Amino acid sequence: MDAKTTDSAPFLDRLEAVDTDQPDWAAALRRAGLAVYREEGLPHAKVEAWKYTRLDGLTRSAFEPGISAPDGITVPDGRIADMAGAHRLVFVNGCYRAELSDDGLADEGIEIVNLGKPGAAPGWVAEHMGRVLDLDGMPLAALNAALWGDGVAIKLADGAQLQKPLHLIFLAAASTPAMFQSRHLLIAGRDSRAAVIESHLGLEGAPTFSNSVVEMILEEDAVLDHAKLVDETEHAYHIAATALSLAGQARYNGFVLTLGGRVVRNETRVRLAAAGAECCLAGAYVADGEAHVDNTVFIDHAGPGAASRVVFKGVIGDTARGVFQGKTLVRQYAQKTDGHQLHKALLLSSGAEVNAKPELEIYADDVKCGHGATAAQLDEDMVFYLLARGIPEAQARQLLTEAFLGDVVDEIASPEIAAAMSAALTRRLAGINADHGA
Amino acid sequence: MALLEIQDLHVEVAGKEILRGISLDVEAGKVHAIMGPNGSGKSTLSHVLAGRSGYDVTGGSVRYDGSDLLQMNADERARKGVFLAFQYPVEIPGVTTTTFLRQALNAGRRERGEPERDAMEFVKVIRRKTKELGITDDLLKRPVNVGFSGGEKKRNEILQMAILEPRLAVLDETDSGLDIDALKVVSDGINAQRSDDRGVLLITHYQRLLDYVVPDRVHVLAQGCIVKSGGKELALELEKSGYAEFLDAAAA
Repeated sequence: MDAKTTDSAPFLDRLEAVDTDQPDWAAALRRAGLAVYREEGLPHAKVEAWKYTRLDGLTRSAFEPGISAPDGITVPDGRIADMAGAHRLVFVNGCYRAELSDDGLADEGIEIVNLGKPGAAPGWVAEHMGRVLDLDGMPLAALNAALWGDGVAIKLADGAQLQKPLHLIFLAAASTPAMFQSRHLLIAGRDSRAAVIESHLGLEGAPTFSNSVVEMILEEDAVLDHAKLVDETEHAYHIAATALSLAGQARYNGFVLTLGGRVVRNETRVRLAAAGAECCLAGAYVADGEAHVDNTVFIDHAGPGAASRVVFKGVIGDTARGVFQGKTLVRQYAQKTDGHQLHKALLLSSGAEVNAKPELEIYADDVKCGHGATAAQLDEDMVFYLLARGIPEAQARQLLTEAFLGDVVDEIASPEIAAAMSAALTRRLAGINADHGA
Repeated sequence: MALLEIQDLHVEVAGKEILRGISLDVEAGKVHAIMGPNGSGKSTLSHVLAGRSGYDVTGGSVRYDGSDLLQMNADERARKGVFLAFQYPVEIPGVTTTTFLRQALNAGRRERGEPERDAMEFVKVIRRKTKELGITDDLLKRPVNVGFSGGEKKRNEILQMAILEPRLAVLDETDSGLDIDALKVVSDGINAQRSDDRGVLLITHYQRLLDYVVPDRVHVLAQGCIVKSGGKELALELEKSGYAEFLDAAAA
């Protein structure tokens, strides 16, 4: 492979670190990724999909793959999503760590496969990996396809029920700049049911660059509850693409909570392929300091009678920036589509910024679709009302900020996940208004 | 020393003088009523006492319990026992009335060095008071004032006063927009606040409320000045003759 790094396409020399003993499917995925990444390179200002999120800073640190974490690393239980009783799989700097993870699941009809050695992966991985996410126009996902090193593949047989939520915990901890590209696959068979939570945590240290891809396939009548918590360090780049394909009557309940990171991009791409498929995707973010948080959502109504609901809310302070790009595409034959998206931002300081770009592209003529975006500041009449009852200003602002984000947590279908996300938000907000209250 | 001592208070809003030298003492144990037409500065006075921003005090002083009230932030005033019942209570989506009341109560308790009340204790504290004010449990679970009727909002103000037990209550047109039943409930709530160590400043446009909450003193505010003070009979006089003569007097 020609793995030449250029100014516009950095990191390709890191391919040397990739194991060359690859099965055909993995080699093909790498080639495809390499081709797209070499063609498109790191996105620049003129690339529409990345207009608001610049990655120039990535080339300022000498990110290297294969950086090991400090010895004796443990999972910081107080910061991950509080999912007591979940089955844990722990990754450190992109690599699976068996000694930090729970032992194999014995649930009937569930297969969990580590992808660190692709040669050992079963046929269903070979068959589906790379089939959900189209790499064209996705240069970072292409970079992941070229360089990915580890990950997990999960398969639920038809009718299988995951007894415990699966908690994927990703820790980033390095003493020199580290990059890691993990890649994951989930196949939920017909009428299966699962809950998957991701916690991405940065521990203090050198800058990190996590570039991950998750592909999920929901077959007929499958139901997946999925939540992702991102709490990286203020030096971390966290770029993630989650691609889903839903068959008829399948239901996806997703939630994306971003609490920390220098540059975070959560891109979710959902294809509703058949009648009755339903996607409810919500998210919240808290950005302060110089953080840049981008939630990009693409909903593709490719089959008739499917429903999508996308609701994101963000709280932005200091000189942080929030970005929301939401596009709902309704293809010509996707009649009776019900598609809605909404973004609301709360700006806590005069230096805070938000860019929201909701888009509807509709080719069918019998649909119910809508979108909206608002940006506002805390209502000073509300603040005064709380002050006039003796509630200290920082506490009053926190209460109102939590209230602003509260109803987006209500979008979460699973009470257990909702409680975990709500608790993580409350912990995070306890800090932010103390700085902005004065 | 009176509980509240206002001395020659001058206040401007956006460069325009609204209060033009007000002096008033409210002693503990007394109810003072301030009456006046629209635009006389009644609400400005209540907001300045509560510490709302946007009001420039250009002269005079306000002392509360011997301390300089104007030096305190709004939340500190409230924790020290100054309560404003709002003319237009604010709706706060996403914050339940119970959470709000408990945080307010505990903020005051912390200030006084008393232990905070947990959720269970708090429910006991408010149960009796809600019953007296005809406030249902359902209302407590709803977000603060959201979707409340005008009467419910005013009852909620009185409930907050009953729970926070302030030393000085300033009620800004709490009677406006109430039907006769609600007016009785609210008046009972205000009368329950009366005690030897507490003062009440009732701000109202109409005499009606004063049939139920009988004041010790009545002051007429017109064009930013107190133009007349007297006993409870002054309110009846106003009801008959209206404010016209006072407007002329203030303008002269």
